[in-house]
Parts: sequence; structure tokens; C-alpha cells
Amino acid sequence: MALDNSDVEKIAHLARLHINAEDTLEVTRRISDILVLIDQMQTVDTSNIAPLAHPFDAVQRLRPDEVTETDQRELLQANAPATQDGLYLVPKVLE
Amino acid sequence: MLANTVADLARALSSRKISSVELTQEYLQRIKHLNGSLNAYITVTEEQALAQAKAADERIAKGKAQVLTGIPIAHKDIFCTRDVLTTCGSRMLANFISPYDAAVVERFNQAGVVTLGKTNMDEFAMGSSNETSHFGPVSNPWDLARVPGGSSGGSAAAVAAGLCAMATGTDTGGSIRQPAAFCGVTGLKPSYGRVSRWGMIAFASSLDQAGPICRSAEDAALQLNVMAGPDPRDSTCLDIPAPDYTATLNDSLQGLRIGVPAQHFAEGLNSDVEKALREALAVFEKLGARIIDIDLPHNHLSVSAYYVIAPAEASANLSRYDGVRFGYRCDNPVNLEDLYKRSRSEGFGDEVKRRILVGTYALSAGYYDAYYLKAQKIRRLIKQDFDQAFKSVDVIIGPTTPHTAFRVGEKNDDPVTMYLEDIYTIAVNLAGLPGISIPAGNSNGLPVGMQIVASDFAEAKLLNVAHQFQQQTDWHLHKPEVKQ
Repeated sequence: MALDNSDVEKIAHLARLHINAEDTLEVTRRISDILVLIDQMQTVDTSNIAPLAHPFDAVQRLRPDEVTETDQRELLQANAPATQDGLYLVPKVLE
Repeated sequence: MLANTVADLARALSSRKISSVELTQEYLQRIKHLNGSLNAYITVTEEQALAQAKAADERIAKGKAQVLTGIPIAHKDIFCTRDVLTTCGSRMLANFISPYDAAVVERFNQAGVVTLGKTNMDEFAMGSSNETSHFGPVSNPWDLARVPGGSSGGSAAAVAAGLCAMATGTDTGGSIRQPAAFCGVTGLKPSYGRVSRWGMIAFASSLDQAGPICRSAEDAALQLNVMAGPDPRDSTCLDIPAPDYTATLNDSLQGLRIGVPAQHFAEGLNSDVEKALREALAVFEKLGARIIDIDLPHNHLSVSAYYVIAPAEASANLSRYDGVRFGYRCDNPVNLEDLYKRSRSEGFGDEVKRRILVGTYALSAGYYDAYYLKAQKIRRLIKQDFDQAFKSVDVIIGPTTPHTAFRVGEKNDDPVTMYLEDIYTIAVNLAGLPGISIPAGNSNGLPVGMQIVASDFAEAKLLNVAHQFQQQTDWHLHKPEVKQ
């Protein structure tokens, strides 16, 4: 399935990536090449095959719903680009 | 001392022929000498290593040592290490000091193993040549103009060049086995779920697995003994204790049934690699094994299915890098969307962005059935091929890679050509099986890797088969003369 520049711009927005206008053509070409590789899957009929999501073919086990984590906010926020009063700072969302 | 296997070093430490501090100093010295030309390490933790070595010597003196106490290791920079830079080979995490240790790191620390530092890798483990690292490519110790393979290229190069006694790696589509093949070392990808992934930075969660990179199957067994086992913090980690992987290393191979897949000896395989593999199979026949031709009819679709599943999972996993809580943040964002988009676009390299885009597309409305669901159906066909094969054979053997290490820059301008490098390894991840690559020959001065695959959780069988081969051959003892 070949993509055009506008498809790639739409996908980039969904992925919250910015692609420079001068790079769009190149990115589109690379991704189209990858899709040609991927499309080899369509040569096999899989209509009666159940999908396999995970090598164990099982659901994840659950643990009892108990508090196990301690409060490590300061330690964890030490890596944050910007914080104030224990909160993460981002550009203003509401005027 | 540095040329020895972990098993030899462990004996030297316990008989006090050398101290852990002396051994650690030797490795640190060699890193200083050679890392400039290899670029295998992103971070060297000299001070911490010497402190750990001192503690290890005290533990040995008190008679409280475990087998690997005092042995120096290098961790792939995908494993979180407390208070130490953990970059995953990315600009996105170039400033990330981990607040905790990964389960794998924790287990080695508890065993008294000495951490020398963090090894270079393809960015977020996405690559087969180590050329996508934000910290520059790693050189292959056998020929500095060639790639070490990837994504665990720094770990494989460090082991091959004697810049550590052993290393950790991770394998999503071949990232332990392919660099082990290119660098002439032993690399094991355990079964999915055998080793805890807690604190291991996620790439594709239905495929990722951690494993050892070292000089021999015996060393891999010693390392896996520390790494494997249940961990309640990783819900995909198998809740069954691991066996002692050294206990069965010396079992006889008399009557072993070895499956040889026609698809792994087909078009595209280099003739020197094929010749080395045929000779290796003859060694197994002499040990009493039987060679049986088998069929993996859907193997050729493994790369296609993988490049839907892995990018789809990666696009979800990597959505956490948003410039808010940790990692790279762009300068002067004008609004929240600009913060997200520019932080991600400036923080991620081209290959990572490409895979996020492919994954986002495969999961997007209207394409999910054609791509993601289709790939999962192919995945079942691939798993069924292996299930069928293991009804009549004990292990499957073939080449790890179609050829030996390629030149830096030879393939990195064409993603699809690079992806096809992993044609023999990817299906093993899709099926969740254990696989090992061990050195099995040499072509024009470059190592040839042999892959051995076993059924679910049969790591002990794999290591037994690999160890018996290494008792008959000395390919695993060959070492490169690294140029400065």
C-alpha cells in the first residue's frame, strides 16, 4: 500500500512527531519501502488462523490489589525537566 | 588474565590467584586503552567498580562468595542502573540518571558481580549494526571498519575485545545472537518470560528478552543461573524457578536429533558460512547426534510480520517519552503540542521515528486488520511450524546470520536491507523460543556464528549442546588482535 505525503503527515501527528517539510518526501519513500516488505504477508491465506498476541498465548497473571509502592516522588522527579511543588510543569494549556 | 573465560576467572578468584580489585583494574586499564577505537562503552563506572571489587574480595575472604562474586561485567545501556546514566543509546535519555536498578542488575549485584559500566547499543535497541546509537557506532574488534552487529553491539564487542569478562544484552529480533555471531562470542536469548524485564527499557513487549553475552556456553550457564527466575514485579516473567544450567552441560549428545531447516540453507546464504555450518554439523554427528531435514515453511514471512508487531508495540511503549516527566525536553515550547512534538522529534533518531510511524500506521483506524491482526496470524503459523518441528527433533541448528560482519555504512542507507539481516533469528522471537549463537568458524578473518534453537524453556538443552560442541572445537577461544 503506497503512502503519500499527506498520509505521512497525518500519521506523524498521531504519533506526536514533527517532520520537516523538506524531509517528508524521503520519510514517505522509506516507509513505503517498509510497507512493501510488510505486504508480503498478504500472500498467505490466514482466514482460519487465530491471531497470536503473545508467545504464551495467555493472559497476564494478576496480583492481590494491595499497596506495594512507597512514595518516592522526590527521587523520581529528580529526572524531570521542570517541576514545582511536586508537580510537573508544562506550557499553559488553559488561558 | 583477561583472555580467560568466566569459569577460569572464578577458579582463579576462589583460589586467591588474583583478587577482584586486581582483575577489575586490569579491565579498567584495557578499557582506557581500547575504548577509544571500539566505542563499546557509553559510561565507565570506575569508582563504583573498584568499590564493588573491594567488597567482593572481602566476601571471598569471609568464605561467603557465590560463583560469580568478583567477576567484572558490562551491562547493556538498556538496563536501569541506580545513580548511573542509562541512555538506551538515545539523545532522549542522554541525561537520564536511573533512580533504581533493573532486576537483572540487582541480581548480579547481589551475587557480588562487579559492574564496569554501560555498553553502547542501537538506539532503543532498534538496529542490527549499532549505527543508530546517538553515541556513535561501535567497531567490530576483528576489523575496525566493520560493524559489531546490533543492537547489543557494545556488549558483544566488549566481550570479544576483553573489555569485560561477560556482558548482558537484550534480544527482540536477534539483538543478542547477531552481534554475538559478528564478534565471535557466545550469546543466549532465553525463552520469553525466563528472565525478569523489570527495569529493562521496553521496545516490543511481546518479544523483548534479556540474556548473557560471554565467551562460552559454560559461562552463559553461569550467567543465566544468576539472571533467570521468577520476579513478581514483571507479570510476564515465568513463575517457575530456574534449574541449575551447569548441571547438564556434560550430558552426552548420543542420539540427539538435530533439525536442519531447508529455509536456513537457501538462497542468500554466504558459501563460507554454509561450509562452516556443514562442518559443525559433522562434529555433532561424531558425537552421536542425528541430522534430520526439517521444514519451517513460514520462516520467509517472519521479517514482514515482525516489522508490524515490533513497531506497533514500540509506538505504544515509546509514547511515554513526551518531554514532561523525564528525558529530553525541547527549548522554549510554545504550547503543549509543540512540547510533545519537538521533544520527540529532536530526542529520537531517524530509525526510531521511522518505526514509530510504521507502528502508528499499522495500529491506526482502518488498517488494524490488514496489518496488526494479519501479523499476529502469521505469528501463529510461525509458532506452529516450530511446534511441528519439535515433534521430531530436539534442537534446530543453522547459521545465525546469512554472512559475516559487514562494513560500517554498507547497509544503513536502506532500512529494508538492514531488516533482512535478521532473517534467521526473528522467527525465534515471534515464537518465544530460546536460541543461542556460538562461534563455529572463520571466513576471511571474521567469525561465523551458529544458531541453536530449542523448545520453550529448554535453555539447559541448548547450553548442553553448545558446551559439547565447544569441548570438541576451539572457535570460541579465538580472539581478535584489536588495533588501537
